[in-house]
Amino acid sequence: MPLSPTDVSRIAHLARLELQDHEQASMLVQLNGFFSIVEQMGAVDTRGVAPLYTPLSAVAEVALRLRDDIVTERNEREANQRSAPAVEDGLFLVPKVIE
Amino acid sequence: MSATLIRGYEVVIGLETHAQLSTDSKIFSGSSTRFGAEPNTQASPVDLALPGTLPVMNRGAVERAIRFGLAVGAKVATQSIFARKNYFYPDLPKGYQISQYETPVVQGGSVTFFVGEREHRVNLTRAHLEEDAGKSLHEDYAGQTGIDLNRAGTPLLEIVSEPDMRSSAEAAEYARALHALVVWLGICDGNMQEGSFRCDANVSVRRPGAPFGTRREIKNLNSFKFLQQAIDYEIQWQIDLIEDGGEVQQATVLFNPDTGETRAMRTKEEAHDYRYFPDPDLPPLVIAPTWIEAVRAEMPELPRAMAERFQREHGLPAYDAAMMTQSKAMGRYFEAAARACGAPKPVANWLMGEVSKRLNAEARTIEDSPVDAATLAALIGRIADGTVSNNAARQVFDALWAAGMPAAAAEPLAQVDALIEAKGLRQMNDSGELERIVDEVLAAQAKSVEEYRAGKDKAFNALVGQVMKASKGKANPAQASELLKKKLG
Amino acid sequence: MSATPLHEQGVADLARGLAAGALSSVELTQHLLARVAAHRGLGAWLCVDEDGALAQAAEADRRRAAGETAPLLGVPIAHKDIFVTRALPTTAGSRMLEGYRSPFDATVVQRLAEAGAVTLGKLNCDEFAMGSANENSAYGVVRNPWDTGRVPGGSSGGSAAAVAARLVPAATGTDTGGSIRQPASFCGITGIKPTYGVCSRYGMIAFASSLDQAGPMARSAEDCALLLSAMSGFDERDATSAERPPQDYVAAMRRGRDGADAARPLAGLRIGLPREFFPQALSADVDGAVRAALAELEKLGAVLVDVSLPRTELSIPVYYIIAPAEASSNLSRYDGVRYGHRAERYADLLDMYKKSRAEGFGAEVKRRIMIGTYVLSHGYYDAYYLQAQKLRRMIADDFQACFAHCDLIAGPVTPTVAWALGDKADDPVKNYLADIFTLPASLAGLPGMSLPAGFGEHGLPVGLQLIGNYFDEGRLLHAAHAFQQATDWHRRAPALA
Repeated sequence: MPLSPTDVSRIAHLARLELQDHEQASMLVQLNGFFSIVEQMGAVDTRGVAPLYTPLSAVAEVALRLRDDIVTERNEREANQRSAPAVEDGLFLVPKVIE
Repeated sequence: MSATLIRGYEVVIGLETHAQLSTDSKIFSGSSTRFGAEPNTQASPVDLALPGTLPVMNRGAVERAIRFGLAVGAKVATQSIFARKNYFYPDLPKGYQISQYETPVVQGGSVTFFVGEREHRVNLTRAHLEEDAGKSLHEDYAGQTGIDLNRAGTPLLEIVSEPDMRSSAEAAEYARALHALVVWLGICDGNMQEGSFRCDANVSVRRPGAPFGTRREIKNLNSFKFLQQAIDYEIQWQIDLIEDGGEVQQATVLFNPDTGETRAMRTKEEAHDYRYFPDPDLPPLVIAPTWIEAVRAEMPELPRAMAERFQREHGLPAYDAAMMTQSKAMGRYFEAAARACGAPKPVANWLMGEVSKRLNAEARTIEDSPVDAATLAALIGRIADGTVSNNAARQVFDALWAAGMPAAAAEPLAQVDALIEAKGLRQMNDSGELERIVDEVLAAQAKSVEEYRAGKDKAFNALVGQVMKASKGKANPAQASELLKKKLG
Repeated sequence: MSATPLHEQGVADLARGLAAGALSSVELTQHLLARVAAHRGLGAWLCVDEDGALAQAAEADRRRAAGETAPLLGVPIAHKDIFVTRALPTTAGSRMLEGYRSPFDATVVQRLAEAGAVTLGKLNCDEFAMGSANENSAYGVVRNPWDTGRVPGGSSGGSAAAVAARLVPAATGTDTGGSIRQPASFCGITGIKPTYGVCSRYGMIAFASSLDQAGPMARSAEDCALLLSAMSGFDERDATSAERPPQDYVAAMRRGRDGADAARPLAGLRIGLPREFFPQALSADVDGAVRAALAELEKLGAVLVDVSLPRTELSIPVYYIIAPAEASSNLSRYDGVRYGHRAERYADLLDMYKKSRAEGFGAEVKRRIMIGTYVLSHGYYDAYYLQAQKLRRMIADDFQACFAHCDLIAGPVTPTVAWALGDKADDPVKNYLADIFTLPASLAGLPGMSLPAGFGEHGLPVGLQLIGNYFDEGRLLHAAHAFQQATDWHRRAPALA
């Protein structure tokens, strides 16, 4: 089913992307163009097929590797904040958050 | 759960509790989880979600989740999945929270606790591992908010209850029991001021028998008192709304301890769409049965098991047993004292009464009670052998408490006896002396004697009182009344 | 050493020459830096680190003089700008990361440095590795050295162009849906995308986490083997990194087959040809070059067998659901709070997010974020993302069925040779369709290679794709090496203006 302009605005909001009107319009066309090649997917019967979330599990059980509970990091605040747009007293600054 | 109705409505409460797990390092990075460090000094590239960083899971967090699962009799999933919960917030560096969605590590289980003398059981839906977010500091930075990500990535166990609670008191007691349990298990430090243990309460009301009402979620309650206050306010608010013909809208609300009121969050509930999907950076968490068994073998005796043992071995009533197992320390204290004096029930009474009263008044815990188990046992022993009356014992206890912990050298019994003598509280066991006093009283209280003979029992009590008074409280009330009865024939 | 000009020599030749003391890393580095400067017009470089490179070269020569050795000691390379580096800026080809400095090096970068490689600089790429023409970089297009009016392919377009133009003997690339193999094919060089998990993703800016793999791009299979040996290996910082002992891919590449001889080094090697890889739509020049290469492989002793990958066409929607879904989430961290672009003016927090991201991301990235957000959103997850992941398993199973009948799979890398700049720029879907032959191996996580197999229309290079089973890089490299011993396509260099 083709997307509507409302879908596009809703998704853009979810994705935190500001779209200009002309972007909205071309985005709508392109997304619908894209989903037209996606529809064939729905036709395939995948009942009983397990999703393949991580490729190697196609041939072997892949289990999460666990780390020992050890502190390995030191304070590198200066280096880590080198590219920060706005910092004060070591805090990242953002426009007032209203709860 | 017999529903106690409020203004004709049944209250339905479910709790989501976030317990910070007591690991040294974060759930997905090697940063320290220590509380109170300078802003962002414990925020590594992984915690800051710098480009190219990846999460690596902390075994210690998983081990603690297993411990909890076993403690509440839940199923510990041999395979569980980490998922991404996507939303934008400045204290959420990746723009998603790594959590567990469809397949949590702990499934089911239950928690039991007492409300007054009545035992309750709340079933758990699940408990899952996830990462904590950072902190937004709202104090003014030129009209801006400051973000500290030291807390980001601290391991959390989110414990979700079924909507099994029917009053704010139940909810508070459930939260206390859960808090006691995670501390008992050593998986959470339980420090509520520091946010180590926080509750979200889902509250709705309905007419008895009606389907569940629409719920509102009260966020981040970090004290049992606030939890109960917030729920009480919320219940009245919802009932008022319905009574005024309004309809409860699903919402997330905040509790303001100063006003005692709840208010909907201003961040508008733009239909949350978290776009959960399995985190491709983290393969499935596989927990071998052998690991679960190893953890089981290491488990401490659980409060419930200890309480049952206290009922069995020390003949305590269920309620007392539950009270004696509110913390490991309490359990230890009770057992030590009970063993030392061989009088478990009186020990429980003293702990629930005098001791708790003073501890609460001074906001102390049993660990730092000035009167240790051996000393309390010695005192209770002296009541049992008739050396002192209960009232006298209370005076001795006051003195012991005031004195604080005795020098290690001081032998408890000697210390107790010394106080009894010093205060002249030893009960009179010399019958000659007692008889002399009884005769005096009978002579002086002719009126009471007549009344007694006329069948007024109150008069008899008065006479006993006189004897006690004349003996300056040292007479043994039992002996005194016995002797009076004899003399009055 | 041969009198071949330094820039014509590959990694192996140079490593030998440096080891033999026939040349110094400093003279080599100077020579290449001069070429880089002379060909800035290709747009391949986002950052050239002359001083740093010369310092590293001098250090390499010093270590050599001190009797130290390392597999790549003193050999100049360059990194796709998708790998974070402490010493140099990292942009991922995006305005979002303009001027970003990473406090750490990517594992791949660190390992190549430990192997003694000298880093000349960082190479242009499609923004966040999203693209197949390198027209999506915020820092300008990269031109194909064979015809500067054409695209070099993408997303590792800068790497492919720089190596093809002989500006650097080898470069790192990343491949999510073909981003190493397709540009290698368009530019006539050799590239390998190893099995998912062979190279650490730590420090590789994420596009689609379950698909991204790093790999080398160079002039020959031997050079790729040398680099891959250094780049690969288990990394505890990447939970999806394969726990395997270090591999010597050069040795694996050289290991002879039983019953093989100098004339027939591939004796008995079964190469499967999926019929779906040779459709009507395949352009004649590519078809011709690939079939000629296959005939060459037969001459070398390989046996060609027919196989089928019935869901080859489906891999396009499957990939373009999964990759954008993961990307939409991976790119949420670019919010202008801790690093990266923040809009100049905004009304409030929400507005800051929306403007910063709108200004920081390019059109293709926005498109994929939109697609990914949509397919994961409430009510669509099962129909799109879940269905795609199920089909992904079916596609992986199809490969295993093939490998029951063959050792390797071969076919074209792309349906056509490199297209003209701007040709598909305004039609994303057309771009997506051109990825049809590289997507299946990516979805399955299998290793794939592209090696020069001749030339097609307008004298543009055509690549041959070889796909192996999981962790079968050695066999892949062995076959590619044998082919390159018998052919000289990989030695052909573009004539640069």
